[in-house]
Amino acid sequence: MYGGGYIFEETKNGHSEKDDEKKLEQFEAKIAAGEKIEPSEWMPAEYRKQLIRMIEQHAHSEIIGALPEGTWITRAPGFRRKLALMAKVQDEVGHAQLLYSAAETLGKPREEMINDLITGKSKYSNVFNYPAKTWADTAVIAWLIDAGAIINQVANSKGSYGPYCRALERICLEESFHLKYGHDNVVFLATGTPKQREMVQEALIRWWPPIMHFFGPSDKISVHTETLMRWKVKMASNDDMRQKFLDMYVPKIWDLGLTIPDPKLKKNEETGKWDYTEPDWDEFKRVINGDGPCNKERLAVRRRAEEKGEWVRNALQRPTEKYTIPLA
Amino acid sequence: MKELNDNQIGAVKDLIFRMADDELILGHRNSEWTALGPILEEDIAFSSMAQDKLGQAHAMYQILHKLGEADPDTIAFTRDEKDFKCCHLVEFPIGEYDFSLMRHFLFDSAEALRFEMLMGSSYDDLANVAKKFKGEIKYHIMHADTWLVQLGNANEISKARMQSSLNECFPLALGIFEPSDFEETLIKDNIFPGEKRLQEEWLKFISPVITSAGLILPDINNCEPAFGGRKGYHTEYLKPLLDEMTEVYDIDPGAEW
Repeated sequence: MYGGGYIFEETKNGHSEKDDEKKLEQFEAKIAAGEKIEPSEWMPAEYRKQLIRMIEQHAHSEIIGALPEGTWITRAPGFRRKLALMAKVQDEVGHAQLLYSAAETLGKPREEMINDLITGKSKYSNVFNYPAKTWADTAVIAWLIDAGAIINQVANSKGSYGPYCRALERICLEESFHLKYGHDNVVFLATGTPKQREMVQEALIRWWPPIMHFFGPSDKISVHTETLMRWKVKMASNDDMRQKFLDMYVPKIWDLGLTIPDPKLKKNEETGKWDYTEPDWDEFKRVINGDGPCNKERLAVRRRAEEKGEWVRNALQRPTEKYTIPLA
Repeated sequence: MKELNDNQIGAVKDLIFRMADDELILGHRNSEWTALGPILEEDIAFSSMAQDKLGQAHAMYQILHKLGEADPDTIAFTRDEKDFKCCHLVEFPIGEYDFSLMRHFLFDSAEALRFEMLMGSSYDDLANVAKKFKGEIKYHIMHADTWLVQLGNANEISKARMQSSLNECFPLALGIFEPSDFEETLIKDNIFPGEKRLQEEWLKFISPVITSAGLILPDINNCEPAFGGRKGYHTEYLKPLLDEMTEVYDIDPGAEW
């Protein structure tokens, strides 16, 4: 899935003072020419740092994102949905595996990244700090959150860092199936019995604010990312991606006869853009800093999984070493 | 053999219910590892195996449907606990990774041999699905064997954990082979060579792997096999599992999901 709403740190004059000016010039020229940067090549320290941060956040979002949907695998109604949801969530874990590998090429081991996740040092997509209360929530997540993720990831796959772009291309192919699965699921609920319809409408109301938060803070208030844009780390502005999402999905949601809980939402004929109620960015910040409905639970589950699995990982470390009694 | 007589139908249905219910319940259990495995690669592996199990259960229920039972969703999602014929081994919660891995090793070894035997079944529908599943379960066996040998030999903690899981799982696994009331028909009409034969083959099959893993097989004569599941008597774990599994399905039984 999932990789929206990254939080970047402000870059210091675009690069570290130690970076060689000439190398930097070549590096920037290469990116401007549309070429990819590969792991063994020179890159500014700041580029490496921001990329690790972004790819790591993305990888964490995949494994944490597997939790709200994963809890519904055991409750999925019928073979078809059960199998599809299992395969979908499995894909998400597979994405984490791909992304951790991509981030490792920049020098940070997977274990260290996971440690930073469970100690709360490293972030993940804010949407997964909200609960999936009913089966319909999983349908809305699979359709609309994955749709948002595709917009974000298709943009990022055209970025400058080779391993990340290649991982994203593979991920996007799978995500497009998730989106179809989610849409099919929502269609069944929206055109089903009154109870099913009510479930999906309520889920949409619950998930609309996190969906609007998904692409990150409005450009007016987010940190300056010009250098990151020039380096093709960040490929589109948060507001542009949000507009693209609204363009593609609001009509589809309305087609199903569902109500979006924002009375201001409409396409502005003059600007060609969507008008909407500004999402509550204070809430976004509060949740990303740890005070959301599920932050503690998500990290606790992840931490418990890490602790319970520690003996297995230890047992993989020295596979051939055996204690033998010395002969003399 | 395409057409079955009444006695054969009863025997085949009983056999398929046992197999399919095992697959469904163990598939459900294995899916509980999603996002919680000791390493990401194991999350993914357990999910793949769970999906295969569910697919197998579905195909088996399809055969039952052809024989006059309800459709697969109705069979899986609406029966009472007492109508399930799964063995106790598959009902237990996932526990720690060692338990789940040992269960997977013991169960899938039996299942691989069962499919191999069924490939020669006189009942074509069973022979056909067995051929297909034999190909899938080959990879499950490779997975189980690799991990068993690795963890059994790695260090004292992992060895102790694997041995204690084996001690716990072995009597439960013997419950897989609880004799059926239809053994005679199954054997006589070449539908299936019988649970006793399967258990003998299974012991021969698992013993060398257990030895390679540096573990000791419990003495079968001192084990009380966990029987009852095949007759509808289950552990305390099955009912809550079924309640959870049918939670959404039951919201609106007339609905299409």
